[in-house]
Amino acid sequence: MSKSTATAGVEKNPPVKLPNEPAITPQIVAEHGLAPDEYQRVLNIMGRTPTMVELGIFSAMWSEHCSYKSSKVWLKKLPTSAPWVIQGPGENAGVIDIGDGQAAIFKMESHNHPSYIEPYQGAATGVGGILRDVFTMGARPVANLNALRFGDPSHPKTRHLVSGVVAGIGGYGNCMGIPTVGGETNFHAAYNGNILVNAMTVGVAPTDRIFYAAAAGIGNPLVYVGSKTGRDGIHGATMASTEFSEDSEEKRPTVQVGDPFVEKLLLEACLELMATDAIVAIQDMGAAGLTSSSFEMAAKGGLGVIVELDKVPMRETGMNPYELMLSESQERMLIVLKPGREELARRIFEKWELDFAVIGHLTDTERMVLSWHGDIVGNIPIPPLVTEAPMYERPWTLTPLPPALDAAEVPAPKDYKASLLALMGCPDLASKAWIWHQYDHLIMGNTAIRPQDGDAALVRVPQSTKASSHKGLAMTSDCTPRYVQAHPETGGRQAVAEAWRNITATGARPLAVTDNMNFGNPQKPEIMGQFAGAIMGMAEACKALDFPVVSGNVSLYNETEGRPILPTPTIGAVGVIDDIAKAVSSRLTKAGLALVLLGETRGWLGQSLYLRELCGREEGAPPPVDLAVERRNGDFVRGEILGGRVAACHDLSDGGLLVGLAEMCLAGGTGVTMKLPADAGPPHGYLYGEDQGRYLVATDDGGTLLAAAAAAGVPATLLGYAGGQALVVEGLLALPLAELRAAHEAWLPTYMNSAA
Amino acid sequence: MKAAVLVFPGSNREGDVAQAIELVTGRRPTMVWHGDGDFEKTDLIVVPGGFSYGDYLRCGAMAAQSPVMAEVKRRAAMGVPVLGICNGFQIVAEAGLLPGVLMRNAGLKFVCADIHLKVETSQSLFTNRYQAGQVIKVPVAHAEGNYFADAETLKRLEDRGQVAFRYCAPDGTVDGPLGMEANPNGSINNIAGIFNETKTVMGLMPHPENATEPMFGGTDGKGLFEGLVEALS
Amino acid sequence: MKARVHVTLKNGVLDPQGKAIGHSLNRLGFPEVGDVRQGKYIELEIAETDKAKAAARLDEMCRKLLANTVIENYSIELVG
Repeated sequence: MSKSTATAGVEKNPPVKLPNEPAITPQIVAEHGLAPDEYQRVLNIMGRTPTMVELGIFSAMWSEHCSYKSSKVWLKKLPTSAPWVIQGPGENAGVIDIGDGQAAIFKMESHNHPSYIEPYQGAATGVGGILRDVFTMGARPVANLNALRFGDPSHPKTRHLVSGVVAGIGGYGNCMGIPTVGGETNFHAAYNGNILVNAMTVGVAPTDRIFYAAAAGIGNPLVYVGSKTGRDGIHGATMASTEFSEDSEEKRPTVQVGDPFVEKLLLEACLELMATDAIVAIQDMGAAGLTSSSFEMAAKGGLGVIVELDKVPMRETGMNPYELMLSESQERMLIVLKPGREELARRIFEKWELDFAVIGHLTDTERMVLSWHGDIVGNIPIPPLVTEAPMYERPWTLTPLPPALDAAEVPAPKDYKASLLALMGCPDLASKAWIWHQYDHLIMGNTAIRPQDGDAALVRVPQSTKASSHKGLAMTSDCTPRYVQAHPETGGRQAVAEAWRNITATGARPLAVTDNMNFGNPQKPEIMGQFAGAIMGMAEACKALDFPVVSGNVSLYNETEGRPILPTPTIGAVGVIDDIAKAVSSRLTKAGLALVLLGETRGWLGQSLYLRELCGREEGAPPPVDLAVERRNGDFVRGEILGGRVAACHDLSDGGLLVGLAEMCLAGGTGVTMKLPADAGPPHGYLYGEDQGRYLVATDDGGTLLAAAAAAGVPATLLGYAGGQALVVEGLLALPLAELRAAHEAWLPTYMNSAA
Repeated sequence: MKAAVLVFPGSNREGDVAQAIELVTGRRPTMVWHGDGDFEKTDLIVVPGGFSYGDYLRCGAMAAQSPVMAEVKRRAAMGVPVLGICNGFQIVAEAGLLPGVLMRNAGLKFVCADIHLKVETSQSLFTNRYQAGQVIKVPVAHAEGNYFADAETLKRLEDRGQVAFRYCAPDGTVDGPLGMEANPNGSINNIAGIFNETKTVMGLMPHPENATEPMFGGTDGKGLFEGLVEALS
Repeated sequence: MKARVHVTLKNGVLDPQGKAIGHSLNRLGFPEVGDVRQGKYIELEIAETDKAKAAARLDEMCRKLLANTVIENYSIELVG
């Protein structure tokens, strides 16, 4: 079955085994997560039985996390290019051109399973990892966002998980000095056994100073910098001590502990080194640590590498090559330097009090050779490990589209005021201030839109010497998992469309996406079908909206005792506004402004929050997404914003129109009086339906906006005017803002402060 | 006005305060590395916010022992003005240039939020562009801002008018115990910032440097820097 | 030789962390727990064989760095 697996540089002698190294048995292979046929590939490639270290390397490189073996075939369907894309998927992060010689570099990653086990450190190291992925490419991070999904609030673990995850994200991000400016937090019973922690980082770099992982230059030194290596994160029953004895549990902390102070030093030292010409290639050590980083650098460069493991700075005594290669100790980077630049680099890292060690060099053999005190303990041909990596086309069955639910089939609220208070105080919609007040969202002094003040976060871009006005980066993270569960293709399409709307609603131009795919067990056809469906919907939306995917992450097997999470393709996105002074938030701050609803409302209650929270039903088809309409409506809104004719804007999503209006009033402290239009249909459909492609716009001149919308073919309705201190829908409800605010702000702090 | 901003391993708001100083003076301050035992003479020394040494052991404890702080103490003794913000306040207190100590927030959590401060006096290098009793809105961002001093020290501070800023309600009310929305960390006597005896050293927990531009947090913090320029140019 | 240093808050200094710990224990079913004070434990390896010398040096370390004598007390134990 194999193509020729003969490799350049046939090894002269097999590697030396380590003291007391056990023989490889089928059980040991299984413990390493390799299926029997996968192990057969290993044998074919190696031409002999591998050593334990070599087995460990294959196990890491061919794990789902590193190889994307179940998802690659689908991820290929996503559009990844555009004129402004400098680097698409395949590197540490995606890179887009934002003008004036500057690039935005960003990615989102998950740390789901570790966060369930140890919420503080799991979330903290998740933040640490994604930060490194961005600054390893030369970008100073300028913003963090996160998407969190927790179980039902009544589940006994939820409170503890929320507390730990939020503290961990804050603890790491605040110490690093990077503002955490946005995100989303949802609760649903499907996440009871598997929470989701998706962390996103956006950084800025000059377009002519971007660093990649591909190693180059035979003989160039391989340099290790950062923290010493310990036994963090090493799995496997028999691998953890020099004696390979079984009673070594306490030597193997499986939870990685992050040190944001060291990472801050690492960030500064790397940026300082990057300002010189010393770096050829650089990669952070994340999952599978030294293994994946050294392997990928050599593979991308078409070269070989020799790693002298005894030179690796060690935190513990008695560490062996297996542990050194597989350790997931945090805050470490691997660098290929130009020859002769070692001293320059060493001085920088010593100034920042970080470990620095030359641990090897590049070769032309296309083999990864590991040496230990002069003995070769591992020797793997690189290209076949890449080309023969398993890739699966797992069977999949699509979820059929449920029938649409008519508003008439859904009971109207007996009391509109009570219904709005209930929705605004429900876990998904309640104010998350308890959370984001624990995040420093102001550091760096560039935050133009604070959490809950807009659909996207907005930060000023550090001024490029060429720009006369300041640019702004708009960033968001979005997904509606209940839509994806109901119909993955629609849900995938909707997630991308909503992220695009979020950015548009600030006046920014959406540029690119980073996707974090969180799903259950891909070996189940219905789960693989969810993945496939979501990808198909995402691909279509990305294409129609010129919104390519430039980076991403896949997290599978998020299920406990056969119960999977809701399929959650989290969409992180970035856009740019050329003059930040023109951006708008969602805050309704001035009386007298006209409130105009843009986009068509048919009253779509299927899979709505109204249906779920007030009627206890999760039913019906999710709202359809018409991409051409999204484009038309969004481009119109953006044009109006940039033309200075919009005071505030909010795109509509969860909870529909009434919730959107309530959010604008609360953010700005001004009430609204509106009237249902004559053709509204059932009021609860009009007010709570989650029809897509809609925006609420506040403007000084309603008449002009209506006329412009008509000319652009965008449905537009003048709903009413801002003013007073109550939210009024004539004939239906009059809710004082103070009461609305109390309901909105009470739920989360009350929940978190109450005893279990 | 020439200013120096110190940078310790783990400092992270040196850029923010440098930006604020540049906004007000038109000139970027000198950034001074903690390892330098000497640096050029300046009119003002600023110790910025951050997590110097990761806040390990105690906030500011290790930074206070840096070579640069030895020189800062010498200059402070000669009357060179020193401004310590947040971690800077912690460092300056650990270095003995200001009395008292900053402890863990009473609510035990990091807090980043806008708060209101009452300016206690306009008679200082730092506060001369404010009016006594004026209420300003600036953000805080810290987990260890709970100011404490023993009864004797506290009495001395109050009697000698060494309290620079106090947390207050938006309408300026300070009397009585304030809730966490007004006093975010439980500081005794709602103390947010203090002077040394000669009012040449000031430390405060809030971040005036994050309130100098209309689009980015409001401008109530600008007066502090303008006051310094006024007094020191 | 090994040194074990305990750093504790002086009486009269409010300890919100200790208070939170006490309340959590009470809620977990330990009503017998009253006042709780939290401190720090620091272990140091010292390259010194003379106990008196080590004690003096450690005292200096505590006063200079390990404890903030405004609000903390310290105690030193030498082992080995």
